[in-house]
Amino acid sequence: MTPVLQVQNLCKHFEMHHLGQRLMAFDGISFALNAGEFLLLRGPNGVGKSTLLRTLYRSYLPRAGHIWYHTTEGRIDLARAADVDISLLRRREIGFVTQFLIARPRVAAEDIVAEPLRRAGVAAADALKEARRWLEEFGVKRDLWRAYPTTFSGGEQQKVNLARALILPQRLLLLDEPTASLDVGARAALVRRLGDLKAQGVAMIGVFHHPGDVADLIDRDIELTTSEVSEDVAL
Amino acid sequence: MTQALSLLPPQLMTTPPLLTMTGVSRRYGDVVALQDVSALVYPGEVLGIVGESGSGKSTLLRMMNLEDTPDTGDYRLALPDLDGNLFGLDRFARRMLCATRIGIVYQNPHQGLLMQHTSSGNVAERLLIAGERSFANLRARGRTALEASEFPLDRMDARPIELSGGMQQRVQLAKAIALEPALLLLDEPTTGLDVSVQALVLDTLKRLQRDRAITMVIVSHDLGVIRTMADRVMVMRRGRVVEQGLSDQIFQDPQHEYTQQLVHAKL
Repeated sequence: MTPVLQVQNLCKHFEMHHLGQRLMAFDGISFALNAGEFLLLRGPNGVGKSTLLRTLYRSYLPRAGHIWYHTTEGRIDLARAADVDISLLRRREIGFVTQFLIARPRVAAEDIVAEPLRRAGVAAADALKEARRWLEEFGVKRDLWRAYPTTFSGGEQQKVNLARALILPQRLLLLDEPTASLDVGARAALVRRLGDLKAQGVAMIGVFHHPGDVADLIDRDIELTTSEVSEDVAL
Repeated sequence: MTQALSLLPPQLMTTPPLLTMTGVSRRYGDVVALQDVSALVYPGEVLGIVGESGSGKSTLLRMMNLEDTPDTGDYRLALPDLDGNLFGLDRFARRMLCATRIGIVYQNPHQGLLMQHTSSGNVAERLLIAGERSFANLRARGRTALEASEFPLDRMDARPIELSGGMQQRVQLAKAIALEPALLLLDEPTTGLDVSVQALVLDTLKRLQRDRAITMVIVSHDLGVIRTMADRVMVMRRGRVVEQGLSDQIFQDPQHEYTQQLVHAKL
């Protein structure tokens, strides 16, 4: 078993200065994750599942605790790692998959999908070929490949987003409801891709509205429970 | 325990920063323009600087372009043949360094361009300073830079004064990148442009960044622009840095009271 992540007593709250309030998100979260393992986060809406994913990705800054991430060059605490180190890991090893595409004006679907490969140094022609393969796999119609996704329907944008997010195999994937509102074909393609990545040793942590979608992939789950909601503090 | 965890020095990033600015302070009379500002920019990175008018963000960018000297402070670029505090350079050395290694795009094209010269001439001027004398080379390199900036080549001999705002910015950009600078500075490059033109200019910048991995510093009061462009963001207020972090963290989980106001005020 190769450890990928060890989370110890992770704590997150938000300080809202204009309200003079501290909003508790979660406290004392601990778990470990090995290569090729799939961990499901469970719990009612608003309990902090997505917040936990974003904290692991460092879109949110943790308040306390450790997120030990094991690289080939030793372990690094994502809770305290320098911003440039986090950027580096996001480019190479840690992916975040949401249901939303950040489309940019005047960038074609196939270029958006190819971008992670280009950034990883893959030649333009090879990256484009691979991008088209994944657009095909997720069921994006061929005549849309060179169009700008800003004008696509929600469902088509989501497929482009998944193709982009999963094109480059990572060591750790954080999945925030990627199946929500996907059609049957795309959902099957997603589950297939996740299964392949898992078999390659990619570790995954996911939040799913319908965990049944990925039932065959789940190794373990943790249940998040509500902590006290907020407290007034002098900030 | 009200503070977020303080971050460690880089462990995985082994390349040193391209730009290192330390303890820069500048007063103009009684006005404190910059107070003990430090900044690091790594090769290939895009640093965004946000803040309201008078926060010192443009002053800081001018310092990076060696247009002004601070009262105190140290500025280094990790480039071959370059050593020591750049603020210590004389005017001639500064001019050469800016012409050859640093490109800048100003909000106001009048500041960056000779409006009555041709667009290609504006780009060529930069090449002349760097010692290029062959007319054919000047023309060819000017053309390449204009093309990379997605400027319509059939208009390369038009004067900037005859061009639209978006096109003027493309000429500035071509001039800035003609010598393939190590550092590209952008001062409100899309402010005042129509939204659709703004999107096109941003797209060009993104493309350049991706294809050439140019290190950039972009100043804007427009958070949307910063969010689109920057890997990391520095928030300035009254000449000081109040917060810095990864772009998504600054926008999704701002820590400082001022940053929270700024982010929540965005439409």
